[in-house]
Amino acid sequence: MANIVQFENVGLRYGTGPETLSDVSFTLAAGAFYFLTGASGAGKTSLLKLLYLARRPTRGVIRLFGEDAVTLPRKRLPGFRRRIGVVFQDFRLVPHLSAYDNIALPLRIAGMPESEIEAPVREMLAWVGLTERGRAKPPTLSGGEQQRIAIARAVIGRPEILVADEPTGNVDPAMAERLLHLFESLNRLGTTIVVATHDFHLINRVGHAQMMRLDNGRISDPTGLLRHPPRRVEE
Amino acid sequence: MALGPSAPARRLLDDNRRTLVMVWIMAIMIFLTVLAAGLGLGTVHAATSLDNELAGRLTVQVVEADTAARDAATAAILDRLEGFPGVKRVEQVPPERLNALLKPWLGEAGLDADLPMPTMIDVDLSDASDAMVARISAIARQASDHAVVDRHATWLSPVRDFLTTLMLLALALIILMLIATGAVVLLAARTGLDTHRDTIEVLHMLGSTDIQVARLFQRRIALETLIGGVIGTLAALALCWFLQMRLALLGSGAISGMVLEPRDWLILAAIPFLFALLAMLAARLSVQRALGRTL
Ligand SMILES: Nc1ncnc2c1ncn2[C@@H]1O[C@H](COP(=O)(O)OP(=O)(O)O)[C@@H](O)[C@H]1O
Ligand SMILES: [Mg+2]
Repeated sequence: MANIVQFENVGLRYGTGPETLSDVSFTLAAGAFYFLTGASGAGKTSLLKLLYLARRPTRGVIRLFGEDAVTLPRKRLPGFRRRIGVVFQDFRLVPHLSAYDNIALPLRIAGMPESEIEAPVREMLAWVGLTERGRAKPPTLSGGEQQRIAIARAVIGRPEILVADEPTGNVDPAMAERLLHLFESLNRLGTTIVVATHDFHLINRVGHAQMMRLDNGRISDPTGLLRHPPRRVEE
Repeated sequence: MALGPSAPARRLLDDNRRTLVMVWIMAIMIFLTVLAAGLGLGTVHAATSLDNELAGRLTVQVVEADTAARDAATAAILDRLEGFPGVKRVEQVPPERLNALLKPWLGEAGLDADLPMPTMIDVDLSDASDAMVARISAIARQASDHAVVDRHATWLSPVRDFLTTLMLLALALIILMLIATGAVVLLAARTGLDTHRDTIEVLHMLGSTDIQVARLFQRRIALETLIGGVIGTLAALALCWFLQMRLALLGSGAISGMVLEPRDWLILAAIPFLFALLAMLAARLSVQRALGRTL
């Protein structure tokens, strides 16, 4: 499958306000690495929400894994969501569950037997450098630590698409680089990666990544800034 | 699906204070339900034994102006029925008691020696079948054309009326308790959905199905109902047992029929489990319906 995601003239409106996203069209190739940039308030989070099925667009066509995601019946959403790993901008860790249990959540939801859960969770804790903090509850963790737990939870289920909303906002540059390496190794295993960020330092570290830029809710193509812009869908 | 009965799944919804409140509400409601059910079952037994007693009791009246013929017929009937198979007891109602019964109707003056009084014979049957009643009628008719057999109509007994009222009352109480429990469960489920909105949203985003989420709630609410229910039921059974002891000391009348049999105790003990099952279903339905309205 070449295109894992396809947006066509997608619009999104919150309530009766103006359109937050307008005429958004692009395709994402399976196995590629994408950055989504844009000023704060440009609509990055909104676009990602459409992508990870937290919202439905007010107009346009979205195809995910080759299927129409706009009219997807509610019953089929869980199956689709299990194929998408999400690092939320605000982490969304369950505060009364330990770091360990937060990371294990996707596996438990997917019905993996308890005996098969420990090894991958330990591995993920080590990967994000928090082996010692497995029993800690999120409120006792620093912002950076919470972010790493959120990333571990997003990738543990080996999703086909990983969506990360400013995943390095709360960590120091060294940790940011380490997390980026994590994304890259996941990408090498075949996962399509979409990272929203305005950290150009980060973007420049991934040579083969493609970039999309949002300006006021529209995909823009300002000259010179974009490397490898993703192919626009021609109407 | 492994949001199963594991410890981590139970930890997903954490609110111990609410749990305690639920357990106590359920304990009180199921205490009252078991008590009402105990009263109902006891009353059913009392009514049944009273019905049996009344059904086995006949009165033969000989209404004849000629006192000599009347007394002869009465004696003949008494003679035939004494020792008749299926007849437990035959006894003529003493004339004084008959007078006492009639006095309110006829007044002092009416109780004239000349006034032809009927004789009455009380008959207790061990076999209260219609055939048996017919046989007694035939015997009485043989002795006198003017003999009438009265079967004590069960519905004439005011005690029986009272027992029926009690049974209906117990039934109404149980139905009210079921409705109230359902309402409490719906309320608890809805409050739970509110309290855990963020957690549920995360679960959904990670690919949880509505059924998985509903299961978290239904398991918890069923457990709370069961724990509260067992506490309430034990208290109610203890009270029922105490009342039984007191009844046994009274030992008379229709009330003595109010004993609970071993089967009744089992029915009462099953009530918390029934309620837990209902609570589980109500929680499941309400959570699934509420979730169905979200994306
Ligand atoms: N839930 C919401 N309801 C109403 N408006 C929203 C909501 N979420 C975002 N917006 C608006 O949409 C615009 C884009 O927001 P967002 O997608 O978060 O941008 P970014 O992630 O690029 O900072 C902002 O103007 C924001 O106020
Ligand atoms: Mg954002």
